[in-house]
Amino acid sequence: MIVRISGEGQFELPDADAERLNELDNEAVAAVEAGEEERFHELWREMLDLVAADGRAIDDDELIESDVILPPRDVSFEEARGEFTGEGLIPD
Amino acid sequence: MAGLSGRMSTVFKAKVSKLLDRTEDPGETLEYGYQKQIELLQNVKKGIADVVTSKKRIQMQSQKLEQQVVKLDTQARQALSQGKEELARTALERKTVAQSELQSLDQQVTELESQQAQLTEKEKVMRQKIEAFRTKKEVIKAQYSAAEAQVKISEAASGVGEEMADLGLAMQRAEEKTENMRARASAVDELEQAGAFDDITQLGPGQDDIDRELAELSSGSQVDDELSKMKAELGSGGGESPALEEGRREQQA
Repeated sequence: MIVRISGEGQFELPDADAERLNELDNEAVAAVEAGEEERFHELWREMLDLVAADGRAIDDDELIESDVILPPRDVSFEEARGEFTGEGLIPD
Repeated sequence: MAGLSGRMSTVFKAKVSKLLDRTEDPGETLEYGYQKQIELLQNVKKGIADVVTSKKRIQMQSQKLEQQVVKLDTQARQALSQGKEELARTALERKTVAQSELQSLDQQVTELESQQAQLTEKEKVMRQKIEAFRTKKEVIKAQYSAAEAQVKISEAASGVGEEMADLGLAMQRAEEKTENMRARASAVDELEQAGAFDDITQLGPGQDDIDRELAELSSGSQVDDELSKMKAELGSGGGESPALEEGRREQQA
C-alpha cells in the first residue's frame, strides 16, 4: 500500500497496516464531528507515527500513484472540519 | 478509506485526472509538467520573498515590543515605589498585552520558516520526478508495444501529476500563512497606534478607553500576581529611586 503524507512524500506500507490506518482515520473523523480537537490531534499524530514506523520512504525518482493520501502534518482542526474541497484545504 | 484521507485521496485523484486530461497523449504531460513547474517555481520564489519581507517587519516589531516590555516593567516598579498602585497596574496590563503579542509573533515566524523549508524541499522532489518521468517515458516506448506503452506512461504521469498537485497545495498553504502573518502584523500596528504599548508617563486625560480595553485584554490574575510580587520585592528594598525624586522636583519647579 502506498501512502502519501501531503507535503512530505510517499511511503510504502505493509498491507496489514491498512486496517489500523483506516480505524484511526475513522476515529479522527468522529473526533472532528464531536468537536474534540485534542483527541483529533492525538489520533493524527498516531497515524503519522504509524506511517513513519512501518513505512519505507519512496525514492524521489520513483513514479507511483498513492492508494491513500493523508492531509498535511500541520492540518488544523478547522481545516479538518471543513470539506477538503472547494474553499477548503485544496484549491480548485 | 472513507475518512479524512479517503476524502483527500478522492480530491487529489480528481485534480490529477484534470491535469492529465489536458493532453490526449500522456507523454505530453511531461511538457505540461515542465510548464507548470516553471510557474510553480516562480510562485515559490515570490512566496519566499514575501515571507522574508513579512518576517523582517515582524522582527522589527518584536524588537520594539521587547523594549516596551522592559520599559513598562521599570515604570511599574517606579509607580509602585511611589505608592501609585493604579498606575503600576496600568503599566503591567500593557506589559502583559505586549508579551502575549510577542509570543504569537514569534510563533508565526517559526511556522513560516518551516513552511519555507518544506516548499524548497518539495520543489527539489518535483524536479526529480519530472526528470525520472522523462527517462522512464523513453524506456517504456522502447520496451513495450504502443498500446502497453500508453498505459505505462499514463501510470507514471499519474505519479508526476500527484506530486504536482501536492506542490500546488503546499504553495497555497504557505501563501495563506503569509497572509495571516501580514494580518497579524497590521493588527499589532493598530494596537500600537492606539497606544496599547505606550509609555505610561505619556498618559494624559482621554486615555480611559484604551485603558479599559487593555484591562479586559490582559488577564487580571496575571497582573495581580505580578503586582503583589513586585510589592514584595519593593517592600524588602524600600525607598524611592533617585530618578523619580528628581522627576518630582522637576514637576514642582
